Amino acid sequence: MDNYNPANLLLLLVILFNFFLLGSSRLGACIRTVAIQGGILSLLPLFLHGFSGHSLILAGGAFLLKGLAIPFLLLRAIRQVQIKREMEPLIGYVPTLLLGTLATAGAFIFSDRLPLIEVHHGSLFIPVGLATLATGFLMLITRRKAITQALGYLIFENGVFIFGMLLAEAMPLMVEAGVLLDLLVAVFVMGIVMHQINREFSSMNIGQLSSLRE
Amino acid sequence: MLELFLHLLLLFGLSPLLSGVIGKTKALFAGRTGPPFLQSYYDIWKLFGKGLVISRTTTWVFRAGPVLALAVPVLASLLVPFGAIGAPLSFTGDLIFFVYLFGLSRFFTAAAALDTGSSFEGMGAAREVTFSCLAEPTVFFCFIVLARLSGSLVLSTMFGSVLNTAWQSAGPSLILVVACLFVVVLVENCRIPFDDPNTHLELTMIHEVMVLDHSGPDFGMILYGAAMKLFVLGALVVRLVFPGTTGDVLFDTLLFCGGMLLLAVVIGVVESTMARLRLLRVPQLLVGTMLLSFFSLILLLR
Amino acid sequence: MIAALLLLPLLGGLAAFCLPSDRFRPLLLPVCGLAHLVLTFLVIQGGPAVHLSMAGNWIGVDPLSRLILLIVSLLFCGCSFYAVGYLRYRIAWGNRIFVSCLLLFLSAMSLAAMARHLGLLWVAVEATTVASAPLIYYNRNRLSIEATWKYLILCSVGIALAMLGILFVAYAALAGSAQVSLQLDDILQGAANYSAPWLRAGFVFLLVGFGTKAGFAPLHTWKPDAYGEAPGVVGALLAGGLTSVAFLALLRTLQIMDAAGDGAMAREAFLVMGLVSLGFAAVFVIRQPDFKRLLAYSSVEHMGILAIGVAIGGVATFGAMLHLMNNALTKGVLFLSAGNIHRRFASKRVGEVQGAITLVPVSATLFLLGFLAITGSPPFGPFISEFTILRGIFTGGHYLTGGLFLFFLAVIFIGMGSTVLSVVFGTPTERKGDTNYRETLVTTGTPLVLLLIILLLGLYLPEPARKLFAEAAALLEVKP
Repeated sequence: MDNYNPANLLLLLVILFNFFLLGSSRLGACIRTVAIQGGILSLLPLFLHGFSGHSLILAGGAFLLKGLAIPFLLLRAIRQVQIKREMEPLIGYVPTLLLGTLATAGAFIFSDRLPLIEVHHGSLFIPVGLATLATGFLMLITRRKAITQALGYLIFENGVFIFGMLLAEAMPLMVEAGVLLDLLVAVFVMGIVMHQINREFSSMNIGQLSSLRE
Repeated sequence: MLELFLHLLLLFGLSPLLSGVIGKTKALFAGRTGPPFLQSYYDIWKLFGKGLVISRTTTWVFRAGPVLALAVPVLASLLVPFGAIGAPLSFTGDLIFFVYLFGLSRFFTAAAALDTGSSFEGMGAAREVTFSCLAEPTVFFCFIVLARLSGSLVLSTMFGSVLNTAWQSAGPSLILVVACLFVVVLVENCRIPFDDPNTHLELTMIHEVMVLDHSGPDFGMILYGAAMKLFVLGALVVRLVFPGTTGDVLFDTLLFCGGMLLLAVVIGVVESTMARLRLLRVPQLLVGTMLLSFFSLILLLR
Repeated sequence: MIAALLLLPLLGGLAAFCLPSDRFRPLLLPVCGLAHLVLTFLVIQGGPAVHLSMAGNWIGVDPLSRLILLIVSLLFCGCSFYAVGYLRYRIAWGNRIFVSCLLLFLSAMSLAAMARHLGLLWVAVEATTVASAPLIYYNRNRLSIEATWKYLILCSVGIALAMLGILFVAYAALAGSAQVSLQLDDILQGAANYSAPWLRAGFVFLLVGFGTKAGFAPLHTWKPDAYGEAPGVVGALLAGGLTSVAFLALLRTLQIMDAAGDGAMAREAFLVMGLVSLGFAAVFVIRQPDFKRLLAYSSVEHMGILAIGVAIGGVATFGAMLHLMNNALTKGVLFLSAGNIHRRFASKRVGEVQGAITLVPVSATLFLLGFLAITGSPPFGPFISEFTILRGIFTGGHYLTGGLFLFFLAVIFIGMGSTVLSVVFGTPTERKGDTNYRETLVTTGTPLVLLLIILLLGLYLPEPARKLFAEAAALLEVKP
């Protein structure tokens, strides 16, 4: 595949943002990065499928929700709870970065062995999608603040979105809209729960959410 | 012979200008007039005309540091092509020689700093060595990418005309390499966000604190050496970004010089817009850069 | 009619949100619940000949949907009456969000039951997560936040995995150069040509994703927390309704795998998941000091039983369909009566709750009977369905599975029994027995009716019901 394809450059940016997210400790920066990542991803349908009505609406909707609405909700959440800047990860930043790179490398090697159809050979979509999934998973596992877990979930969703790009014809607009709407509402509810967590525990560390266990 | 002359002329003549451009850019951002472009030349000239004070506790190591700090960049520059001007010296595997030449100078600078017996300088030496050791893998990963692209282990070939085709076949990889090498330029030359060359507090210094005890011509050599180091390492980045050659030596050289000045401006912009990182975060960023360069290798190999 | 099934609770939810009175708002629940039940019966009455569908075959009713729809609707109708009593007791807490979310939850579950498009199914299942999260948080204390957060994150991530699985299935179509569609009928038709590796990968992701939602071990960790901290009525809907819907999603994937001729692998995975769930439940049920968490593990156990039943096939599939219904309704009985006991004692720790039979006699009796029913004692419905599954296992020659199945069931019976008996009998501790909660007709009548239904199912299976289960099971048979 042509490496000057702008879609590939965008995907590369997505990976760079993944690394940044794994290594950064500033919540505001993380949220903005996820927003930019989402915004970049929302451009992909245009590059991949041209300026058809479907891709335009999809891109617009994804941009509005992933790039604007969801980050806005999260930023409002951290403003409300006046969250501290730093996060205390379960695993340090450098080890998570290392794991993230290993996972990314693994994704690239693995996707070369997948039985892809001819058009997708050498395409960046699948490895980048897998790598983004892995990044989201790492965020979910290693971070302790509720908001970073929500971010991990969003990154995870972004990974799914990248993969979904390859299959635009299978996903009718209605369904895409439903998926995005669900995502928005989920983040909205998460924001409310975060607020409550903060009020009850005067911190958003989910490490304190450990009363319920066997 | 002419090429060698031109090469050295560029190196010696142009390198102090870079820090002048950086200073001007920063001054522009801060709304100041700033020192003149040629300030570095005045400084070096002034220092070479001064007397030398040497602490009684030091040995020959203390004198050797500045000498190597000046000699190494000159030697290393011989391996690097400056635009259309090819590298005067090259042999297979010289990329390793290139990296460890700087290792040698770093060793002596650090040893000279330790030689003074000052606790501040020891601290600075420890930091300098730590950061460089974290930056080194990045350089090697970048060089491996380029070696793989060019199929050669010679710096002048790696940064030669292959790059034209390489940008087409492995663009994303090369973008990452450029980014990583730029970070290396920043960290090796003690620029913000890794180190603040203008700081006045010993505790926060890295490079500057190591050379506190040097004075006069010795300090001049260190300054000149540092300028040349920036020039040599910057030349790699510029070469990567502007790989094209027209064949017209004059035009190509001008293009290269313009690239170097542009690089200085970019560094100035980075320094003006970013704050210095906390010391704890520096290794993190360097490891991140290393991983990025590793990733560019993967991107290339798959 | 189908549209009415979806829109009725949706509009009800909106109306509940707009209605200003906390006192009258809960009355919307039984109204909607009853209407929903009536509509459901009408849809089921349509018979197999009428293939109701709309929106370009995205929403339709096949026998499996009918079954799930009936389960959800019955359970919700029961719970809606109970909720009126419950919310009257909790009038001070307000119920605007609670009632709206309950109705939205019903709408989402109905949509999931009738979705014939994998994407739509996904949207509906995720909507159930989002709609039920505020329900779990109704008690507004630290523990319920914790439970809500875990539920939200775990289920959302699980569902995201399921999305990936769906995309893999679509890719399998692409790679097998079949028609790319996520419409269930199209998939079932074309599945034979799908690329096997992608389809299998998709199946695994779907199993993990929807399995998280259904609460298979070891993906069940949200269950004890959510069930334990949510009000009893929500627990009943989660354990009976939501898990059934998630299980339906799993059955859809099984259908796809069957159509692709790869059903054996899928069934093996189901079997392993089922046995692991049974094992986990058996371990955690023993000496469980919290009787609502106990019920959660029982839910994990019964998901395992369902999976095993479907995996074995033949008679066991019929048993599993029957068990879906029995499990849901019995869970209703258990959670609703446990909720009553919980409120009377203001505690759900076994040490603090004793002698429920003297303080809340009806609820305690129902709780005890519900326990007997869920552990498979005759003459209740679960006995018949578990027995049918067991018969399927042994006639199929899976002796090891059968042995393990019986062993785990026995362990769970004993483990649950010791907890339940000490809750029901014994002398009440006076310190805790002083809340002002008293049993009322709606809060005891509802579980009683549900119990009567499962008793009926245990004693005599009416012909239309038998046909419903058999048709549903027939969809899951491997066609030659």
